[in-house]
Amino acid sequence: MVKKYKSVREFVAEIKAESVDPFDVLEKAVRECETVNPAHEPFITLRSSEDVIRDAEQIFSGSWKNLEVPFLPVTVKDNICTKGIRTTAGSKILENYVPFFDATAVRLLKNEGAIIIGKSATDEFGFGTFCTNCAFCTPKNPHDPKRVCGGSSGGAACITALATFPHVALAESTGGSISCPSSFCGVVGFTPTYGVVSRYGLIDYANSLDKIGLMGKSVDDVAFVFPLIAKKDPKDSTSVGLENWENAIPKPGIRNMKFAIPKECLDAIKDEKVLNVFHEFVTELESEGAKIISVSLPLITEALAAYYIIATAEASTNLAKFCGMRYGYSENPEGKHYDEYFSEIRSKAFGEEAKRRILLGTFARMAGYRDAFYLRAMKVRTLVIKTFKKILKDADFILYPTMPVRPPEIQSVKDMKPSEIYAMDVLTVPPNLAGLPHISIPTGKVVNLPVGVQIIGDHFDDMKVLKASNEIEKMFSNDPVIRL
Amino acid sequence: MKIRVDENTVRKVAFLARLKLSDEEIRKYAEDLKSILEGFHTLQQVNVDGVDPSFQPVPIKNVTREDEERESIPQEVALSNTSNKEDGYFKGPKIIEK
Repeated sequence: MVKKYKSVREFVAEIKAESVDPFDVLEKAVRECETVNPAHEPFITLRSSEDVIRDAEQIFSGSWKNLEVPFLPVTVKDNICTKGIRTTAGSKILENYVPFFDATAVRLLKNEGAIIIGKSATDEFGFGTFCTNCAFCTPKNPHDPKRVCGGSSGGAACITALATFPHVALAESTGGSISCPSSFCGVVGFTPTYGVVSRYGLIDYANSLDKIGLMGKSVDDVAFVFPLIAKKDPKDSTSVGLENWENAIPKPGIRNMKFAIPKECLDAIKDEKVLNVFHEFVTELESEGAKIISVSLPLITEALAAYYIIATAEASTNLAKFCGMRYGYSENPEGKHYDEYFSEIRSKAFGEEAKRRILLGTFARMAGYRDAFYLRAMKVRTLVIKTFKKILKDADFILYPTMPVRPPEIQSVKDMKPSEIYAMDVLTVPPNLAGLPHISIPTGKVVNLPVGVQIIGDHFDDMKVLKASNEIEKMFSNDPVIRL
Repeated sequence: MKIRVDENTVRKVAFLARLKLSDEEIRKYAEDLKSILEGFHTLQQVNVDGVDPSFQPVPIKNVTREDEERESIPQEVALSNTSNKEDGYFKGPKIIEK
């Protein structure tokens, strides 16, 4: 099925020309989400049409024609705080948590007229590769409901693929949580340079790795909305924003682009069919005049290990705040010693994978092991960054498939060992560990299952990555399509 | 370095992390951690002599601001997400033993 859909850009133009009724669009969007949610489960919380319309009325009462995305339906990954809307991070420990503030990225979108329609499913605190570790639901792949959507932003990718209304999803990546589900669901997922989008209001997984990004049906949808959230924020001391990005935009034309393909990344792929789709894509790029070079990106398995050490070490400290007192799951603490009370609450309300990562991270920070694991991992990160930078001095972008496999069946994930699941992140972890901007775009299918390619740029070349991807996307089709 | 992970290690780590685990969980997590860390042995083989650690992926400067008085959230809002409260305070478990 190939259906023309309305881009965000077209939607905004029509809204401003008053040729569509925003209330009508929003009501239909909510109804559509209500229809797909029982079977595909992209949402942890879906807002009522009354609440959505009330927000829209508030926008309507102001000078909405001056806004950038008036009445645009957006979804927000459920580890990003939304004022007055339950935010669970996919965990039972935050089942009833209602933030009294908006994350900066959410606030910036709302200030420009965007309307939140729902909170999308995530693995608990982002801990997962398949979005099968969510305490409330398991999103089903839009292309084959027996299969996973990918994680951890699985709900965001799922609804982005399914929606027939104009929409972008606010998602988040620590080690591949935007790229992986985008690839598995056949949508575009953009992870900015670390620090470009404020993390204020994001429920932390790992501070030095977390990045808020966007998903959309097309590169243009993402590129249209991205500048609205790429702002320096005094509330996040690691926030840097994106300045002078106009300078980084390359000369137009695929013939002016040089792509480096690391052989180690292709060697890590055991699925021949994924490789075939990738090689076809590269051949097409070459026929459009792109320069392709083969390079070496060593240390990818070491990068995976370093990532898991850093991520779980940081997560284990971040999750210390959940102890049944100020917010989240609680019981009556009376008559209990604090160690006993905290331990009981945490054991009851954290899921299996959250406990595993807390244990691993606490171990890596323990006296006697800290230097061998945590500090060493930080040094390996330096080496990985240096290697990337060296390649990107000679090439504009690094290119390779997003995931080493096609989306597995939900049932088969249950039989996989944690170490096997972690190994699935081998291709998405390197750019995340290095904080480099990267995008996953759909490039083809194996039978009915989408395969994505990852395009990685240098730090702060976010707009360059988006512009190049936009041209590449046009290579496939003049009209962005619903890839279902 | 030689890394040993057994059930006692997991018991010790679980206490540090304030997790109360059943014997079954301790057995399972000991196995998981062992196989995960075995897979990560490559980390120990990288030559990191003279390499500085990257605590952030991009260089980040310290941010300071003027120490000015600002509005903060009202007490009842801060307490709105818990039922464990009394007289405008959070109510927690006992810390001092009798």
